Amino acid sequence: MICVNNLTKVFGDSTVVDDLSFEVNAGEVVGFLGPNGAGKSTTMKMLMGFLSITSGSVQINGKDILDAPLSIRKDIGYLPEGAPAYTEMTVYQFLTFIAQARGIPSKQRKQAILDVAEKVALKNVLNKTIDTLSKGFKRRVGIAQAMIHDPKILILDEPTDGLDPNQKHQVRKLIKDLAEDKIVIISTHILEEVSALCNRVMIIAEGEMRFDGTPQELLLKSKHHNAVSMQMRGLADISGLLELEGVADLHYDRQNSQITLFADAGTSIVEPVSAFIYENQLPVESFYQVKGSFDDVFREVTQSREGTI
Amino acid sequence: MNAIWIVSKREFASFFVTPVGYIFIAIFLSMSGVFTFMFGNLYERGEADLLPFFNFHPWLYLFLVPAIAMRTWSEERKSGTIELLMTLPLSTFRIVVGKFLAAWLVLAVCLLLTAPLWITVNYLGDPDNGVIFASYIGSWLMSGAFLAVSMCMSALTKNQVVAFILAIVLCFFFVLTGSPIVLNLLSDWAPNWVVDTVASLSFLGQFQDIAKGVINANDVVFFVATIVIWLFANQVIIDHKKAS
Repeated sequence: MICVNNLTKVFGDSTVVDDLSFEVNAGEVVGFLGPNGAGKSTTMKMLMGFLSITSGSVQINGKDILDAPLSIRKDIGYLPEGAPAYTEMTVYQFLTFIAQARGIPSKQRKQAILDVAEKVALKNVLNKTIDTLSKGFKRRVGIAQAMIHDPKILILDEPTDGLDPNQKHQVRKLIKDLAEDKIVIISTHILEEVSALCNRVMIIAEGEMRFDGTPQELLLKSKHHNAVSMQMRGLADISGLLELEGVADLHYDRQNSQITLFADAGTSIVEPVSAFIYENQLPVESFYQVKGSFDDVFREVTQSREGTI
Repeated sequence: MNAIWIVSKREFASFFVTPVGYIFIAIFLSMSGVFTFMFGNLYERGEADLLPFFNFHPWLYLFLVPAIAMRTWSEERKSGTIELLMTLPLSTFRIVVGKFLAAWLVLAVCLLLTAPLWITVNYLGDPDNGVIFASYIGSWLMSGAFLAVSMCMSALTKNQVVAFILAIVLCFFFVLTGSPIVLNLLSDWAPNWVVDTVASLSFLGQFQDIAKGVINANDVVFFVATIVIWLFANQVIIDHKKAS
């Protein structure tokens, strides 16, 4: 279990992480979201004890990171931002070094390396120098070194950055297939990742927690949640739509003759709208319900508070 | 496996997968050859010893040791691998010692490769091999002191050139404090104990006895203490500014 209390980091006169508190329990896959410079990496570095903490505390499995950094690090697999590696080594040498440093007994070392290489599809490049690998491979080497000792806690800073769609899919599948009693924290700014992977979302901006809940809860906050979008064949009288029960707002895109109807929170407007279309014989070409978009909510949630005033 | 050994094995290997290690050894050997024969007049002296060879070691180390030490931390900072290394379950102390031993071992290899010189004087005459052996040990100890100082400078910055220059300046200070120029300058006005303290800080002063084959406990303690103190400073620096 990870327990973060009032975590704060100040660099010079700017507060990068501001009074952050949260708990993560076994079985949770947390998507750590935020715009660039929001303090995601800084928070992760403090979780690992790499950055000093200005105030507050980090406890992992009941131990404080400042008191017992070594025994805590044993239980964690960590992919630093940018997936740094000793690029003059071959993948195999590098993973051997990590396995040794992680205290994997020499008899199991080779098997551990082969297993993890299999999982992240590195088998064909094991004897290549890391320097010569493409960005996607380098990232996977980083993920491999984080997982080699089968840690209980996995902290990955932008694990899919620089991967092509196939590789992204593979990495996501890998994280999904992990045992259920693990803790996974992934930072990302790719929103699709969250719905594909996580059962919990935390959004931070300007060092503050702006949202903490499930991806579904996040969608509920979207203006587009349960909205109805329809394509018109020509002009028609649509004024009545706005008076329907549950319809909060109407947006008409003249160029594409597309109408979007926003619903009141928590209500479905498919039925009344379709009944209205039928009654008034509106020339509707296509009609679909929008689930909501993470992009919208993300923008809303992370927008600078000062900026909106 | 012991953490010191793991780190030091990786570091040592990294000297030799890149040309750094080979170039360093080649330059060390050719420079020591030039110093010994051209400036030290090993043959012309007509004496069967390696004094001219060892006498130049402080000056050789002054430039070469900072060169081999400058990458120790600077490169880790620059490439970001420091974050990887410092989040492994290894203590800072062990990482520092591991890195130190790896580079010190490279210096030992350099010294071992000068063995032909030793063989030569044995072929040409009848030197006191005990003296030569003691000088080798002393020279290696002194190189460790240079190395500990230079590594500590490397911990301060992510720029290798800055690390190199800082290390040279500091090493130069430790060499120079024992030279007659500085001591004469001081002795004109400073009390004796100041002159003695400054002189005793000098690598040069401590090494001069060793080069003659006299290893006394004082000199050994001096170099070992220098190494320990600078490695400790190195650990403190890394612990306090890992991330920047």
